[in-house]
Amino acid sequence: MEDTIAAISTSTVSSGGISVVRISGENALSVAQQVFRSKKNKNVEDMESHTVHYGNIYNGEELIDEVLMVVMKAPNTYTREDVVEIDCHGGILVTKKVLEAVLSAGARLAEPGEFTKRAFLNGRIDLSQAEAVIDVIQSKNEYALKSSVRQLSGKLSEKIKGLRELVLNNVAYIEAALDDPEHISLDNYVNKLSIDVDKCVDNVDNLLKTCDNGRIAKEGIRTVILGKTNAGKSSLLNALAKEERAIVTDIEGTTRDTLEEQITIGGIQLNLIDTAGIRDTVDFVESIGVEKAKKLATEADLVIFVVDSTRTLDENDKDIISLIQDKKVITLLNKSDLTPVVTPEEMKKRLDCCVIPISAKEETGLDKLEDAIKELFFSGNLELNEDIYIANQRQKQLLIEAKEAFLLVKDGIESGMSEDFLTIDLMTAYEKLGYIIGEEVEDDLADKIFKSFCMGK
Amino acid sequence: MPNIREEYDVIVVGAGHAGCEAALAAARMGLNTICFTVSCESIAMMPCNPNIGGSSKGHLVREIDALGGEMGKNIDATFIQSKMLNKSKGPAVHSLRAQADKSDYSRRMRKVMENTENLFVRQAEVTEIMVKDGVIQGVKTLSGAQYFAKAVVLCTGVYLKAKCIHGDVSYETGPNGLQAANHLTASLIENGIEVRRFKTGTPARVDKRSIDFSKMTEQFGDERVVPFSFTTDPETVQKEQVSCWLTYTNEETHQIIRDNLDRSPLYSGVIHGTGPRYCPSIEDKVVRFADKDRHQVFIEPEGLYTNEMYLGGMSSSMPEDVQYAMYRTVPGLEHVKIVRNAYAIEYDCISAVQLKSSLEFKKIRGLFAGGQFNGSSGYEEAAAQGIVAGINAAQYVKGKEPFILDRSEAYIGVLIDDLVTKESTEPYRMMTSRAEYRLLLRQDNADLRLTKRGYEVGLISKERYEGVLEKERLIAEEIERVKSVNIGTGGQVQALMQQYGSTELKTGATLAELIKRPELSYQALAPLDTHRPQLREDIAEQVNINLKYEGYIERQLRQVEHFKKLEKRIIPETMDYTAINGLRVEAMQKLEKFRPHSIGQASRISGVSPADISVLLVYMEQFRRRK
Repeated sequence: MEDTIAAISTSTVSSGGISVVRISGENALSVAQQVFRSKKNKNVEDMESHTVHYGNIYNGEELIDEVLMVVMKAPNTYTREDVVEIDCHGGILVTKKVLEAVLSAGARLAEPGEFTKRAFLNGRIDLSQAEAVIDVIQSKNEYALKSSVRQLSGKLSEKIKGLRELVLNNVAYIEAALDDPEHISLDNYVNKLSIDVDKCVDNVDNLLKTCDNGRIAKEGIRTVILGKTNAGKSSLLNALAKEERAIVTDIEGTTRDTLEEQITIGGIQLNLIDTAGIRDTVDFVESIGVEKAKKLATEADLVIFVVDSTRTLDENDKDIISLIQDKKVITLLNKSDLTPVVTPEEMKKRLDCCVIPISAKEETGLDKLEDAIKELFFSGNLELNEDIYIANQRQKQLLIEAKEAFLLVKDGIESGMSEDFLTIDLMTAYEKLGYIIGEEVEDDLADKIFKSFCMGK
Repeated sequence: MPNIREEYDVIVVGAGHAGCEAALAAARMGLNTICFTVSCESIAMMPCNPNIGGSSKGHLVREIDALGGEMGKNIDATFIQSKMLNKSKGPAVHSLRAQADKSDYSRRMRKVMENTENLFVRQAEVTEIMVKDGVIQGVKTLSGAQYFAKAVVLCTGVYLKAKCIHGDVSYETGPNGLQAANHLTASLIENGIEVRRFKTGTPARVDKRSIDFSKMTEQFGDERVVPFSFTTDPETVQKEQVSCWLTYTNEETHQIIRDNLDRSPLYSGVIHGTGPRYCPSIEDKVVRFADKDRHQVFIEPEGLYTNEMYLGGMSSSMPEDVQYAMYRTVPGLEHVKIVRNAYAIEYDCISAVQLKSSLEFKKIRGLFAGGQFNGSSGYEEAAAQGIVAGINAAQYVKGKEPFILDRSEAYIGVLIDDLVTKESTEPYRMMTSRAEYRLLLRQDNADLRLTKRGYEVGLISKERYEGVLEKERLIAEEIERVKSVNIGTGGQVQALMQQYGSTELKTGATLAELIKRPELSYQALAPLDTHRPQLREDIAEQVNINLKYEGYIERQLRQVEHFKKLEKRIIPETMDYTAINGLRVEAMQKLEKFRPHSIGQASRISGVSPADISVLLVYMEQFRRRK
């Protein structure tokens, strides 16, 4: 059996809000054993195959979720390996935490299509499906890799590149000295190294924090707020924030003149893109703003269209309506506390979507907005961008592994290991950091040594 | 005119460090072998540095020895100074290096070659390879003589179209004025082998009597010499040693070089070959490392029989007068007399990506290659490939499986895997950092790792093999014992802790736990270990290393386990990569070109992504099931 992999089995976001974390591989049972606790305290490895168990998932001492767990032992499983499936009820955020618990218990995040690949390699899937398996592997990986690297902000990848450079410089120096001890001395070098490694650990810690705030890859449902000037877009944002169901990390958009915020409503993460940046320059529908809005609207998973219900629909509104005809839209008739002239009925005639009267100022109707989003999401009409999610998870995992490697270097220094041991873990960290930004190790080290150090006969 | 026609099992072309190991391996494996050299006097010649071993190269020599090769024994018999490098570092980077008496080294190897059963040395220039339907038939020599064989091993070193250059002087010879091989390249090209041109260089040799050693620092050998070969009795190598000397270049030296750069063939464009970055000429160093105000110069004896001294660190292709001027700026060399000029040498070689891991050409069955011809550099790298090429030529003739060492088994495995999977733009040199599992591939355990492999192919005697099995057993038993010995907290214990500056024990500990402390060792704890069996020094050393670095070693062992899974998935030689739909074009082209031996090897080819590997796995499974 192969090493143990885990992932959120994504197609299972059903109306009940259940999602499944699937684990497969030689240690699937022992990984499950580490995170699962039930009243009966039964050992997972002793559970009978194809049985369902009720209990809680823990990450260390932290209770994550109440779950049902299905234990299936090889060979009668999808992958023909030991498989454990954990049904989570707490929404997507909790499911992510369950996955994280599973990963820290020793499973590795599955590559896209990896369960299917194993199913095929282990003879579970028919030969006729081989081509399809290949397609899945290639297309999903291609996309995941591209998106994971693309989703990194410039600043982040700069930071990681800087760290890698620091690591490589140290390794190259040490290795050059080991290779040519008569030319290059390592006396007291470990003091410098120690400082650099502390710096690396701090930096990776900071990156991990950013990661938890969802800033590494901008996951969530890409939601664009559209509306003409003074329709109440910012009041809406404020209202969402004030109610404290919104959390809050502002990210500078790649385009810099739009503001992005991540907001969690009912356990669903929205990546809100406010077009506020262009509202002051000109009338929305004119000038370059049109192009931008069009582009944002086409890329959006969800559009929140804010209408000023106290003014009759004008050309601007109508232009927006034609722009978003084919999108998933929730229309908010704002300023319901005043005297509305635009009725939901009229609106629905123009745009086939859910229409909700709200007052951003009085903060009424927001609960209906939440219901509407949940409805769209759980009915399957709206999907989380899973590729980005996977990308983010992988990057986080790599950061954790890089940190572990740095900590091993520190341990090594403290217990007086010689430099040749330290570079082994330094190179591991270098490699892990490289994967985050899509770079492989290749011959970096030899190149660096030859470039930077004068050695040889 | 009737030509000579002879028949052999194996033909080896060249009798340098690669050729000797290849020919000896094939002959010792019982095959009728002939080894060609352009000059019998140049067998196992050391045309550059007068030493064997050094960082990571010492590992290679140990491994060659464990497989049943000759290099280790040869240097043990002919060294004049020996040093274990990096002794203050971890055991993985300890490396043995010995200064050789070049003449003795060469003469002893010649004697071994000439007295090995089944092996014939022949002085002649090989000018053609004979190939029929993609299968090697034999070789032709300059005289037109034809030699037929089932397998041929090319170990031509730097002799193909060799050209030596210093300043504006160039002559078409191999090293030391030896005859170059000017015909073979054309025959290789005719048979579809791609040839390229590399360059390397060597410093001047000077007359010892013209050196003022009082201005230099003396460099001694180790007090207790460790032999290279596992078969050499350590007592036999404790002998009087010769010193090397250290001095430095200075600003004046560098100024002379800078003033004359336009006269250097490297910078004037006369030299076209690609040189190695790791052993730059002194003019290269001065240009590339302009901020360094001095460079080390090691003065090394070429042997006991001669007054020639090697100027390590100052290889050059400057004109003669510039060489004189720059050498004479170095303290102690003010009045130096040059015996042989420094020179650069250009030669034809191949990119080893044309070879399989067995060092057989992918396109010509029965044709093997080893050594500098494959784009490597160094005597040890050459010898390492030589023995593998020789073994595989013999295996091939015998109809047996190829002999392949993987990256987790040996530096030799790393060396060959790198050569055949990476397109290098310069001569390849071994380094410990290239070995990802170097904690396991130590020079001290080469016998434990490889003797069995040598025995399997017939290069190691049963007696020697059983000796290693016994050693293995003793090590394992002792490790078990040491893990269970608790030494308490008595007065003697605390006194010993104090003696080594180690913290006092509050509760008892096992010997194995204590060995892990950096200031302690298996050997140091002997006084507390009353029931310790009498064990050989090398066995005690293994016990110590295995316990002391247990955590690191176990981690690497786990990595190796994962690595092995992919290495074991052998890709059928007939694989048609163009037929796999899901592969990206770049990956498909690379795989088609490299034709990797295993999935593991495929994953190391640059441009092949993990997803491509998954696709390949799925395809292979599909292919297997269809059959």
